Amino acid sequence: MIWGVLQFPGSCDERDALHACTVATADLDPGGGAGGTSSSARNVGGAGGTSSSARNVVGGTPGPGPGVNLRSRLVWHEETDLSGLDGIVVPGGFSYGDYLRAGAIARFSPAMGAVAEFAADGGPVLGICNGFQVLCESGLLPGALLTNESTRFICRPGELIVGESESPWLSELETGERISIPFKHQSGRFFAPPEMLAEIEVNNQVAFRYAEGQNPNGSLNDIAGITNLAGNVLGLMPHPEHAVDPLAGTTDGLKIFRGPAGSPGLTAAAGATGG
Amino acid sequence: MISVRVLIRPKEGILDAQGKAVEGALPALGFEGIEHVRVGRIVELRAEDDRLLEELCEKLLANPLIEDYEIEIL
Repeated sequence: MIWGVLQFPGSCDERDALHACTVATADLDPGGGAGGTSSSARNVGGAGGTSSSARNVVGGTPGPGPGVNLRSRLVWHEETDLSGLDGIVVPGGFSYGDYLRAGAIARFSPAMGAVAEFAADGGPVLGICNGFQVLCESGLLPGALLTNESTRFICRPGELIVGESESPWLSELETGERISIPFKHQSGRFFAPPEMLAEIEVNNQVAFRYAEGQNPNGSLNDIAGITNLAGNVLGLMPHPEHAVDPLAGTTDGLKIFRGPAGSPGLTAAAGATGG
Repeated sequence: MISVRVLIRPKEGILDAQGKAVEGALPALGFEGIEHVRVGRIVELRAEDDRLLEELCEKLLANPLIEDYEIEIL
């Protein structure tokens, strides 16, 4: 699986996100460290792509080393060509300084236009923190993120409960499962007007809620992350990309990054690529 | 060119965390009898005419989901 991680002026979590992508799906890079020639799983589809290196398929233990997915890359905000990418991450940080309002300016970047098309085609898109704000501002996800109730920046470990959403991003997780993912934000209070909030709930678009008593920002219905109706676009405020190494105290983030690869829609494609 | 001032405020009913923080600080400073503090922002600009102002506010300057705006032509 080959990832693109957007990079805006002011992004700050893009390298952790890229690391998370590559480590989580190291065994799913059709070319991998061997420099193979196959194209991406998403683009190959059922058309019978060329085979990937046996090493990456058989010996695909997540972790740095021979299995690391070397073809995932950063996507500069001025780029519009996302061909060859199987998944997109809109990372955390402070896009264009967030001077006006978090995510307000980034939504107009050339890369976000391409991401909207990618999402409309069913491609998996993950927005983390500022990326979540950008996806909401773009209209790819409903709602908005407001300044934390406390007005304070928070940065600490926290727990989430997996929601009801049927999203490829949640294919490695069970509804009700408790996972540990760090909280790190100042404008993370999820808000939607009553009718919109009701729709989000009725349509099972809630991907994650803050565990009981852990809502750090005053988000409505304890919402920490939501998906679009189709499920292929996920935005969440906590940081799964900071939870992929035992040194961080939790590796639960890997389950999210592995989600699209494990979902039925993409497994077939990845299988075709993997020979 | 016309001079324009756009006032942007959090929508009524949405908790304004910044306003609340300011309000919370008032008693310690000796200001009594002040309540319902809300903090917004003002954007001043010059434009050839007023045609694009509404769209500018809807798309960029304000997020209509959470903010109200008023356009004032000076």
